[in-house]
Amino acid sequence: MRDALPHAAHRAGVAFHPQRALVIGVGNAYRRDDAAGLVAGRRLAAAAAGRVTVREASGEGAGLLDAWEGAGLVILIDAVHSGARAGTVRRVDARAEAVPAGFFRYSTHAFGVAEAVELGRALGRLPDRLIVFGIEGKDFTAGVGLSPAVERGVARVVRRALAEIDADAARRGPRPQEG
Amino acid sequence: MTSRTRTIKVDALARVEGEGALYVKIKDDQVQEVRLRIYEPPRFFEAFLRGRRYVEAPDLTSRICGICPVAYQMSACAAMEDACGVEVDDRIRALRRLLYCGEWIESHVLHIYMLHAPDFLGYAGVIPMARDHPQVVERGLRLKKVGNDLMTLIGGREVHPINERVGGFYRAPARREFTAIAERLRWACDAARETVRWVATFPCPEFTQDYEFVSLRQPGEYPIDRGRIVSDHGLDIDVRDYGDHFAEEHVPHSNALHSRLQTRGAYCVGPLARYSLNADALSPIARDAAREAGLGAVCRNPFQSIVVRAVETLYACDEALRLIDAYEPPDPPAADVPPRAGTGHGCTEAPRGILYHRYTIDDEGGIADATIVPPTSQNQAQIEADLRRLVQASLALPNDELTWRCEQAVRNYDPCISCATHFLTLHIERV
Repeated sequence: MRDALPHAAHRAGVAFHPQRALVIGVGNAYRRDDAAGLVAGRRLAAAAAGRVTVREASGEGAGLLDAWEGAGLVILIDAVHSGARAGTVRRVDARAEAVPAGFFRYSTHAFGVAEAVELGRALGRLPDRLIVFGIEGKDFTAGVGLSPAVERGVARVVRRALAEIDADAARRGPRPQEG
Repeated sequence: MTSRTRTIKVDALARVEGEGALYVKIKDDQVQEVRLRIYEPPRFFEAFLRGRRYVEAPDLTSRICGICPVAYQMSACAAMEDACGVEVDDRIRALRRLLYCGEWIESHVLHIYMLHAPDFLGYAGVIPMARDHPQVVERGLRLKKVGNDLMTLIGGREVHPINERVGGFYRAPARREFTAIAERLRWACDAARETVRWVATFPCPEFTQDYEFVSLRQPGEYPIDRGRIVSDHGLDIDVRDYGDHFAEEHVPHSNALHSRLQTRGAYCVGPLARYSLNADALSPIARDAAREAGLGAVCRNPFQSIVVRAVETLYACDEALRLIDAYEPPDPPAADVPPRAGTGHGCTEAPRGILYHRYTIDDEGGIADATIVPPTSQNQAQIEADLRRLVQASLALPNDELTWRCEQAVRNYDPCISCATHFLTLHIERV
């Protein structure tokens, strides 16, 4: 019989290799463009297999602090609802600058990605490097599938995230053989 | 004397889970109007449940709330089992109660530490509070995680768990799977006790209300997953008679129906009600903590709800340990619940108060009718009554303090719109 409680590899609690970049895709798969972060994370899992660990999160802030605990480079990707043109990509180096409050659309009881980053900063619980990519969404109604402009934004984020991951690996130098 | 009008207006942010606003109008030092506006669009759950199968109700309704999905699942299961004339055995019931403890811990700790404590300590939110009190906030995060992980262990995931079904569970964890979480729950009991001590020191306005408290009551246990519906004004009814005593009505300023006692109007559900009607059923450690915190047998000050919530968190940790200690995996993990035509009722204690479900199904299990009455809907009229009296009693406060006090008073109820109240922009107008 199939285990009713399988352990999904993309969920928090799965061990990741500390030398690997951690990608966290945030969003709601059933709110159209809100899924942009999840889609980008899944593409990165395929494009950088063996080099990244990918997790998915709903955006619940307190869980994010645990998700990135012990990680080196963390790339967090989420949909944004800031009024910019759909598909616009915004990059925030969260160690160097604050994530604007209200930048991300979804939050659980007003405690979402931006709050998690700022709480992590206050508690000294940010990873060594934390790059946040926001992809401007257009349609957050119930349903599945991204708007065409948001699809293009996801493709851009995947390219830029891969460049970040490569640059980080180069900075760290060759890593020991994995056992 | 010149006529003077003060208006307290609260505009809310857009949010998926709940959108609300607050409006208070004061003229010549008399509160004229108080409106808690909930303008989140109706979500039509009761309508789209029609035509679905009876076994789908727990998973569908759990999507109503990301903070208390277990409550929706439990009330839905109870109602369907009632309709089908099936009673689950004690082992299944105990595992359900254990899962529910996880939700109480997770939900109560989120509210105490992240949303409500900043009000009492003079912070705009948890982030500036964390800068000054990092160890306290770390304790809250760790405590909340124990609740989340208990839900993941039993329910399959921490939000919208997937392991519950009409009749019981898809899979019952083995005893050994609880070893690690039991160790952490022992730490959580200590941390929850510290939490009670911490919130008991908060400055608390002198304010009491003559509530009619309504909660479940089950002899010998603190109410979580079953019981009769009782009040301190003599109500004592079977869950099946809910509709004979309570009525929902639409008020123009809210998209959430107001629930009232048919003969007496507003009433209060949630931690204050549960505690005041069931303090004798708390475990010894929780009762001691309540006494040490200065709570009497009944608590009518809504600003002390944060203390009661902390006591209930301690109770949930302690109760979870007791349930784990006595745990025997239900075998089979679920009772067989064949459908039969009829109406079923279910009511359990969500963290915010009683959550009532009623379904009518046909003999093939198709849902013909559904009614869901969440706790926030039941408390709306009482929240407005609190605000009316509170504002009237606090007119001497300057505008910013009065506004602060109003928001704090709304958060006393941990309503599902509390998400919005932390970002409210307030305007007080003096004419």
